[in-house]
Amino acid sequence: MSIKQTQHPFFISIFFLGIFLFAWHIATISPPFDPTGKTDEELMVMEFNGDIMQTDDGQYVWNPEKEKVKGVPGPLTVMEKAWVELNEAFVIKGTNDHGIAFLVGYTVSRFAVGFLAASLVAILVGIILGLNQMLFRALNPFIQILKPISPLAWMPLLLYTVKDPKWTAILVVFMAAVWPTLATTAFGVNTLRKEYLQVAAILQLSWFKRLYKVILPGAAPTIVNGLRISFGSALVAVVPAEMLLGELGVGYLSWIEWNNLDIAGVIFAILVVGTVGVILDSGFNKLAGLVTYQE
Amino acid sequence: MSFLSIDHMSKYFPSHSGNGTVCIFEDVTVKITKGEFVTVIGHSGCGKSTLLNIIAGLETPTEGGAILNGQEVTGPGLDRMVVFQSFALMPWMTVFENIALAVRSAYPTWSSQEIKAHVQKYITLVGLQGAETKKPTALSGGMKQRVGLARAFSIEPKVLLLDEPFAQIDALTRGVIQEELVQMWNATRNTVFMVTHDVDEAILLSDRIMLMTNGPSARIAEIVDVTIPRPRSRETIIEDEHYYKIRNHIIHFLVRHASHEHTDESGDDAKRSGPLEINFRDQAANTYEPAVSH
Repeated sequence: MSIKQTQHPFFISIFFLGIFLFAWHIATISPPFDPTGKTDEELMVMEFNGDIMQTDDGQYVWNPEKEKVKGVPGPLTVMEKAWVELNEAFVIKGTNDHGIAFLVGYTVSRFAVGFLAASLVAILVGIILGLNQMLFRALNPFIQILKPISPLAWMPLLLYTVKDPKWTAILVVFMAAVWPTLATTAFGVNTLRKEYLQVAAILQLSWFKRLYKVILPGAAPTIVNGLRISFGSALVAVVPAEMLLGELGVGYLSWIEWNNLDIAGVIFAILVVGTVGVILDSGFNKLAGLVTYQE
Repeated sequence: MSFLSIDHMSKYFPSHSGNGTVCIFEDVTVKITKGEFVTVIGHSGCGKSTLLNIIAGLETPTEGGAILNGQEVTGPGLDRMVVFQSFALMPWMTVFENIALAVRSAYPTWSSQEIKAHVQKYITLVGLQGAETKKPTALSGGMKQRVGLARAFSIEPKVLLLDEPFAQIDALTRGVIQEELVQMWNATRNTVFMVTHDVDEAILLSDRIMLMTNGPSARIAEIVDVTIPRPRSRETIIEDEHYYKIRNHIIHFLVRHASHEHTDESGDDAKRSGPLEINFRDQAANTYEPAVSH
């Protein structure tokens, strides 16, 4: 029994997407307004409330404006919303109404600053702890306590101390990204094969050379694993941080659309968050591939 | 004056139970002349690798010490290069880069052209032309250790320390590399200190073989002179009249010391008078004659 490997999973993906969109569409269609069994008075009240409206030929239909906030919008409504938003991607309409391209840019740069700063600190401290077993064991209890704290739990304190929502959002990303990398870097350096360091010692490599010729490349695969975990948790943290702080970004977009009761906008924002995540993740994987090696 | 001398060296480790210490080996005294190939044979765990690591400067002795060329060994250095059992090649570097890292450290004033030529010379010496840009993962065990040997010889150390260098290589390849090592050693005449548990390997390569008893409190009980003329090869060596005498002597020693419970009846004497010197050239020597029961 051989399974054909030639079929591309792409078509299966498209198939499932089609089924999903169709089911979504069917589930969100509302039946046309049926006035039978309703008195004229009831119809008048409904029209007065804005639920229904009268067409030119005297028939009653659902009010399309009210439809927007009734139930979950269908895929066509979301696509319509996306089309509008993408067409205005580079338009700034007001202080808090920036195009989607700007919002993505804000989120990515906020994420990048926090993540890079956290990675730098975590790798440096991780190497020191990895090389010094005594120090590692002394500080490990603190790391264990700090690690499981949700980065959002820091937010009020950070906001109070730095007094600036921009930096608070970056620091939340920092707090989310610092611990996994720190812990795995210390582990990776600590479990680096002893012979590599012995060779470095025999060859009398300078401290700096030892670091970037032996320790960093040797621990790189483990460090990259830590960075990948950090990456995920930082990406998860940046969206609620923007929501809570009201900082412009894709997380903010999701929240502001909710405030506008534009559910199609909320779904669109969710899709944008997902897309941004995929793009950042694939970029990260490309970089990770450059520094890993096989034993 | 000996070139490398190990002087009344003992090593103690903290015991697993936490209180007290365990003696790995004690009172080891060996004098090695320049250009000599000396091998230590013993069972696993007898502390022979620890002894080698102390000479390399990677571990410190508890008592006594090693003196190289009149200077006490206090730490690792470029004058004592180790060839590791596990090869210890950096897997993120190519063959060329692995050797170049060592050459660049040994000759910091050289231009990149000189370094390249030097590395290439040693790659050719071990027959790895064409594999320069390969990563160690892409190489077989034998080829990996050829890189390890090239790296060690390339920095032209005063002493080469071989720590069971061929233990992880398949038996057929092992013989080939042993002969290659003989040829490299003939060309350079480095002082070599090797640790192994392969008796044939020790006889093929060494001038003298030190037999170590089992730990704890291991010691060098006998020193066997390999009275087989050089140049040697695996084919001709077995025809030498001393070959089986030496081989049987060593194997009987190892069998006698196979169990930890065994207490050597001559142990206390040997401790006082130092290791027994075995030399098959003067037949009158105090050799152990094996019983011909098997």
